[in-house]
Amino acid sequence: MIEQPMMAKICDIQEESPCVKTFFFKLNLNFEPGQFVMVWIPLLDEKPFTISYIQKDLVGISVLKRGVFTNAIHSKKIGDMLGIRGPYGRGFSLKLDSNSCVVGGGIGMASLSILVDRLNFTSEGYRGNVTFIQGARTASELLYQKRFKDMKLCTDDGTVGFKGTTVDLLKDLLKKQRFQKVYACGPERMLYKVVELCREHSIECEVSLERYMKCGFGVCGQCDCSGQRVCIEGPVFNTEELSRMEDFGRITITKTGERVIHS
Amino acid sequence: MSEINLSVNLCGIQLTNPTILASGILGTTKALLKRVAENGAGAVTIKSISVESREGHKNPTVITFEAGMLNAVGYSNPGVDAAAREFTNLQDVGVPVIASVIGTQKDDFLRVVDGLSAQRFSAIEIPLSCPHTPGFGLLAGQGTPQATFDITSAVRKVTKLPIFVKLSPNIPEICTIAKAAEDAGADAITAVNSMGPGMIINIEAQKPILSFKVGGVTGDALRPIAVRCVYDLYKAIKIPIIGVGGISTGRHAIEMIMAGASAIGIGTGVYSRGIDVFKKVCEEISLWMQENGFDSIKSMVGAAHD
Repeated sequence: MIEQPMMAKICDIQEESPCVKTFFFKLNLNFEPGQFVMVWIPLLDEKPFTISYIQKDLVGISVLKRGVFTNAIHSKKIGDMLGIRGPYGRGFSLKLDSNSCVVGGGIGMASLSILVDRLNFTSEGYRGNVTFIQGARTASELLYQKRFKDMKLCTDDGTVGFKGTTVDLLKDLLKKQRFQKVYACGPERMLYKVVELCREHSIECEVSLERYMKCGFGVCGQCDCSGQRVCIEGPVFNTEELSRMEDFGRITITKTGERVIHS
Repeated sequence: MSEINLSVNLCGIQLTNPTILASGILGTTKALLKRVAENGAGAVTIKSISVESREGHKNPTVITFEAGMLNAVGYSNPGVDAAAREFTNLQDVGVPVIASVIGTQKDDFLRVVDGLSAQRFSAIEIPLSCPHTPGFGLLAGQGTPQATFDITSAVRKVTKLPIFVKLSPNIPEICTIAKAAEDAGADAITAVNSMGPGMIINIEAQKPILSFKVGGVTGDALRPIAVRCVYDLYKAIKIPIIGVGGISTGRHAIEMIMAGASAIGIGTGVYSRGIDVFKKVCEEISLWMQENGFDSIKSMVGAAHD
């Protein structure tokens, strides 16, 4: 674990969609799918991101352009440096050799991509089957289409694939198929529905939550979700844990520390 | 193994053990306070509350190093009205809850105390000693004997709850300030706040890591200084002392108690030993007491003095 930000040089940049770029670094991180790192731009800010690529000695983070900080990352060029510390948190627990479904919404896909890599390429030879669902608002926002050829796509506007949400698609699939485990990352509204659906069908399920974070190592209390620190006990939680977390799908915490209704 | 009694009476507040969650760590929500209580804390302190909401400094706000932690969170908090909504029915927490109250001027402290008065807090802590937030604590001149006396006596007039005044280790005349607080009606002194400020520079970036550049130093690096402050205070004042600074083991806790602390605060220890640091510290205190023939916390308070 890297305790203080380590300055890593950007060695490649890949455009994933008009608003998402992946930045690659030569960095040796002992990273498990679902964990996160804190990315620092000196004198500007620091925020949590997942690792979306692990290739030999390269790691990549996929960044959606959303605000001042992510805009600043997007303006970085090859050779520029970003500070990285971590990895932090508890990732997914992989249920190998079973039929699983991985459900990604929007930039939540970034957190799931190396999980799917791992499920597909375990050394023992993975005997299960992975169904990978990706949802986006519209076709141009879809990610990693060359990387994962067999994804089931859905868009809110129907420009590509199934017209509707990932939850609608999962519901459809469950009529014909049986999964032993569902993994999901995306907007919390979506995660809440995925968890409900899995509960109805008695399917094991893990989802990765997002909260505003400060320290990343469990002391500041900023990322609390019903007494669970998303940075330590999470960001991945299972159905049973989530059933005790009343704030899940309902309440989030602002920068000031106020608990507010999830937007 | 017989159960050792770790209970302490702090200004009339009955604690099952002397460990207290220090302010600024995990005290953002009632759910987290409850979790800390379940992990063995004898009492918990909320994250400091001001009149208006504050976002605090930008990240990075907290960073660790070999000997502890450096932080400049900048008093992010939702403001007194939202805090009053969050911290209702505090009996659910299971242990006494201490309110930490901050202000840029005397009236602010009174407004926050008033705003939280309907909730069941067990004590009010006023930190007059933050080293890294403009407008508050040391950066607002609250660390002088006069300011300490004025603010403490003003708060004394509006609350019957015990008042804990939290002091900075930076100030050589800490005893003078503690006496000013005692004279103004404080019931206990919390010693100490973070020291410094300090700075950590990333040499590749050639920039300080914290966005505020400087931050308060806590953890192991602070402990010997905190112990010395408590030792000096024990001789100088009559009111009890809550010893805080770098405590993460039972031995550290006993050291602080022997210096003169009646109870001890734990903050950075949550990082180094996990959220159950309270339980661990209590077990270690018990074991040591058993091995060394002590049967109460009280019997160890100030034991290091001549």
